[in-house]
Formats: sequence, C-alpha cells, structure tokens
Amino acid sequence: MAEETTTIAAKDIDEKIAWAKINSDVLRSMENPRMGYWLAIGVSIAMLMVGIYSEVYQYNTGMGPANLNNPHMWDLYISTFVFWIGMSHSGTLLSAILHLFHADWRKPIYRFAEAMTTFSLMTALIFPIIHLGRVWNMHWVIPYYSDRGIWPNFRSPLVWDAFAITAYLTASVLFLYIGMIPDLAICRDNAVGWRRRLYTFMSIGWRGDDRQWRNFRKTYLLMACFLIPLAVSVHSIVAADFAMAIMPGWHVTSFPPYFVAGALYSGCAAIITLFVLLRYFFKFEQYMTLPILEKTCKLTFAIAMVWSYLNLIEFASVWYGHDIPAKEVLIAKFSGPYSPFFLGMLFCGSVLPFTLAFKKIRRSPWLLLPISIFLNVGMWLERYMIVAPTLSLSHHPWTWDVMWPGWVEWGIVFGSFGWFGLLFLIFVKVFPSVSMYEVKEMVYHRRRVIFEDAELRAHEVKTGASGAQPLTSTPEGS
Amino acid sequence: MARKTPKKRLLGLFGDFDQAINVIVDIRHYEVPGVSVDNITIKSPIEHPEIEEILGERPCHVSKFSLSGALFGLIFGAFFLAAAQANFLIQPQGGKPVITLTSNLVLMYEMMILFGVLATFVGFLVGSGLMHRRSILDDQMISLDQVGIVIEVEDENIDPVRRLFKKHNVLEIRDREIREQ
Repeated sequence: MAEETTTIAAKDIDEKIAWAKINSDVLRSMENPRMGYWLAIGVSIAMLMVGIYSEVYQYNTGMGPANLNNPHMWDLYISTFVFWIGMSHSGTLLSAILHLFHADWRKPIYRFAEAMTTFSLMTALIFPIIHLGRVWNMHWVIPYYSDRGIWPNFRSPLVWDAFAITAYLTASVLFLYIGMIPDLAICRDNAVGWRRRLYTFMSIGWRGDDRQWRNFRKTYLLMACFLIPLAVSVHSIVAADFAMAIMPGWHVTSFPPYFVAGALYSGCAAIITLFVLLRYFFKFEQYMTLPILEKTCKLTFAIAMVWSYLNLIEFASVWYGHDIPAKEVLIAKFSGPYSPFFLGMLFCGSVLPFTLAFKKIRRSPWLLLPISIFLNVGMWLERYMIVAPTLSLSHHPWTWDVMWPGWVEWGIVFGSFGWFGLLFLIFVKVFPSVSMYEVKEMVYHRRRVIFEDAELRAHEVKTGASGAQPLTSTPEGS
Repeated sequence: MARKTPKKRLLGLFGDFDQAINVIVDIRHYEVPGVSVDNITIKSPIEHPEIEEILGERPCHVSKFSLSGALFGLIFGAFFLAAAQANFLIQPQGGKPVITLTSNLVLMYEMMILFGVLATFVGFLVGSGLMHRRSILDDQMISLDQVGIVIEVEDENIDPVRRLFKKHNVLEIRDREIREQ
C-alpha cells in the first residue's frame, strides 16, 4: 500500500481515475467550494472598493493626489500596467508553448492559466485609461475621422500598444473559449436552470463527433501558433514604450527580451500561487498534483535564471557603454534612495528562486504560496525600478527628485488586484477550471502506455526475446 | 421517378473505444452490405486522432481560413493605416514621411495576427458544423465516458448493422428515420 502511494505521488496523474469521477469532481467544484473561496471573494471585493474609491476621488479632484507631476508623469500606473501585461504571459506559455511541445502535464492546469491571461489583460487595460486623467476623453485615442484632426501618432509605441493589446486580448479570449467548448458541452449535459441555458448557448452545439474533434485539433494548434508570436510582440512593444525614448536606463537594446523573460517569470510565479489556492479551494489534489507543481517550479526556476542573466547583461551594457546619465541612474539604483526597492527586487527575483532548487520546497504547496507571492513582489518592483529612478534622475538635473506615490495611486494599484481576483474567482466558479476532456486524454494515454508496456513484457517472457513488438489491442479509458 | 429507399441513422453506444474501432474495421472489411466508412460518424468524449487511420483522412479547411484571414489583415492593415495617415495632412510631419512604412510594419503584423485569429475561429465554426441545432440522435453518456458510432443505413441493412454492434458488445442502440430533404 505504501509502495502504491509512493508510486502515485511520483506520477503527474493517477491513471486509475475513472472518467465519470473526473466529470463529477470538476462539476462539483463549480457548486461547492471550500469556505476559503468565499473569504477570497470578500477580500477581492473589499480591495476593489478601495480602488473604486481612489479612482472616483482622482476623477473628482484631478491627478494631484496621485502625486503625478513633471517629471513623474506616469509612475505607478505604468509600472502596474507593465506588471499585469507580464502576468498575462503565463497562459500563453502553459497553453500554447507547452502544447506545441506536447508537454501533457500542462493539461490539468492550463485552463486557469489561460483565464489568468485574459483577466490580467483586462486589468492592465484599465491603467492607461486611468492614467489619462481626463478619462472622458479616452475616445480621442481611437483613429476615427474628425474635423478637429484627432488622429493618433502611428509612429508612437503607445499606439502600437493599443493595437497589440487589443489583438492579444481578442486572441486570448478566443483561445480560452475554444479550448473550453468540449467542457462546456459536458457542463450543458449536467446542469439545470440558468447554468444549462448559459452552457447550451456557449457550447454552440458541440457533439464530440470526429469532424468536430478534427477541426478542433487543427484550430487549437493554429491558435497556439498565432498566440506565441503575438505574446512576444506584445511585450516587446511594451518594452519599446521605454526603449524608444532616449531616457537614461531605458534606451537599451536588451529591453524587449528582458521584458518577455520578466513576463514569463511573473506569469509562472502567479500560476504557482493560483495552483496552490485552487487546489485547496476546490479539493483538486488528484488533478493539481505535486509532480505537476514541481514541474511548474522547475520551469519558474529556469526562467528566473534567464531573467537574472538578462539583468546582468543590462547592467553590463550600461556600465561598459559609458553612457554617463544611464550609469548615474544605475549607481543611484544600487546606492540611492531607491536602493531598498532595487535590492529587494534583486533578492526576490534572483536569490529567492534558488529555494525552488530544493525538492522538499517544490513539493510543499504552503511554502510555495508565500515564495511565489514574493517572486511576484520582486517582479512588480522590477517594473517600478524601471520607471521611477529614470524619471527621478533624467537628463535635466533641475528636475531631479525622489518620488513617492500618493495614496490615490496606491489605492488604485491595490484595487486592481481586487478586480483581477474577483474576475478570476467568478470565472472558476462558473466555468470548469480544470479541463475535463484533456485530463481524460491524459489518463487514457497513460493507461494505454502502461498496458502496452505490460503486453510487451508478457510477450517477451512468453517468447524469451527482448525488443518484441507490442500487441495492438489497448485498454479503454473509461 | 424511382422512389428512394428509406434510410435510418443508427447510434450504437460502446463502453470502450477499441470495441467501436472493431465495428469500423469490420465495416471496412465489407461485412455489412451497403455500408461504407463514409457513412460513419464517431462521437467520443476525447479526441482520438488515430480514428483517421481507420476512417481515412477527412478534409479540414481551417488552415485555409487562417491564411486568408492573416493575408487580409496584412493588406487591410497596410491600407487602413496609410489611409488614416494620408487623411491627416494637417498634422505637422516635421519633414518625416506622411505614410511611415517602418512603423506601419509593426501594426500590420499585429493586424495580420488579429485577423488570422478571427478567421481561424470562423473556420472552426464553419468546418465543425457548429451553431446548428443539436442532433436528436445523441446521448449524454458520450460526454461522460462512452463512445458512439452513428451509421446511415438503408432500412434493409439495419439488422446486419445491429448484429455487428451486438457482436462488439454494444451497450445501447438507438435509431432515427432520416427525412428526405
């Protein structure tokens, strides 16, 4: 018995799970989560209220209380915007990239990662609007014909941002939706009342026939192929917002890959956080298993090392590039008033990931929860450290200062986490957060491999030969 | 005009994918007169790409939609941006070109992907025959753990098909008349 338990603990998923149980476990999660879920909903609403209050205050009184002024025209808002865009890369990584590499361990966890992508983008989009100050003039950024000559500057990376993020959000929503259609059909067949009406509408007549599966497979692959370059382009363009400006510390060619690596890093860390929480809220211990958590941690560690390397490259290129203002900013980051944040970023982003090198930690969900949160604190500080020191110490010495965001800015940033949390928690309650059909596929293929191995062994014993061909018949997954 | 022989659609539910496959293999070996693999639809809770080895490769046109959408996005993007820029000659250009091809390339790339994605989705809806009324000859067990085989068959050949289903341990058989269009 103990041996069996050890074997199961080493597997990504127990292939003995019946398909009916997979359906019932996931459908149950949408009905009866643990108390912690409702607590999380309450906390998210409270945080969102703080954000709404702060925004209403800023709307009525202007940008003054946010402490935004020349040269600090977009401190915390743009940092947090970049942070949320970065978070959105997790879904693309787990869903699209790992799908192309046939990494089937992603299957039980990619759905919530995709949802995270969509909701992070929806959160990120709030910040440019809030940052406008005069939000009622937001439509001026849209290229519509007007005799006042309101046309955006297409040479500006900020306009590229608008195009790239719109495309990314559309593609992410469709990718999430298409991947969910077979599961929505399962929900349709098991739901009653408003849920049945919703799932019937959203499953758009899915019957699971071979024609639909064939088109589904091709579509999912094509969407993944579109989404990967799109995700890379989105964060490269966000990096271009900074790199195209001739501000000290921003005008660096390594910025786009640095931003992409940072995005993947923060996305992976957020996946660990949500993995641990969803596993607890919905009792998904059989699907969100420790070996899968371990693999996610290894991936995070690898990306953390890439990110650390790109940091070093950036420091080295500034140091040896002999760009004096950029060098001043770099020195100020290490030793000036921003140094606690900068060193905190280096600690959280480059030192803390080494804890993931230990197997015991990788398999301890409740230890990983604070670690993953601190990794993301590091990633948020990274974005803040890109923006604030450069604006404080730009080319004009008479504008040098130290900026501390006002309570309104903090309130809105705080509220954005509530907004994201609320959207995400509603999603996982209404839609299946574990992909039922893909977990069934995972179980089916594993059983098949085990059966073929057993057949091969039996055949070898019978014939006394090694390397014999496996027999053709296979077990059923149900 | 000769009257067409009435046809029925038969659904056999199997607890095992291999049993369902064996039915199709037998049909392929012409064990049932008047039925070919072209009249067969398999319904399953998961994707079985290996079905194509038995049913033969069937057409899938999603990639054509993707390519068309992406090309449209690229060309439309170029014209849209150029039109927008050319329409706004009031803005001082500071000696720079009115239509800036270099920066437009970035936006054209984004629009290529956006329209490629949208067209892929349309291709999926069209190719899968989605958004049609749900077939009555269906069973909720297919979304759980059973595999269904739907065969279109003339009335006179129904019994051999039923026998074939039973030979491979079918759990349930249902039928429905196909109405002439």
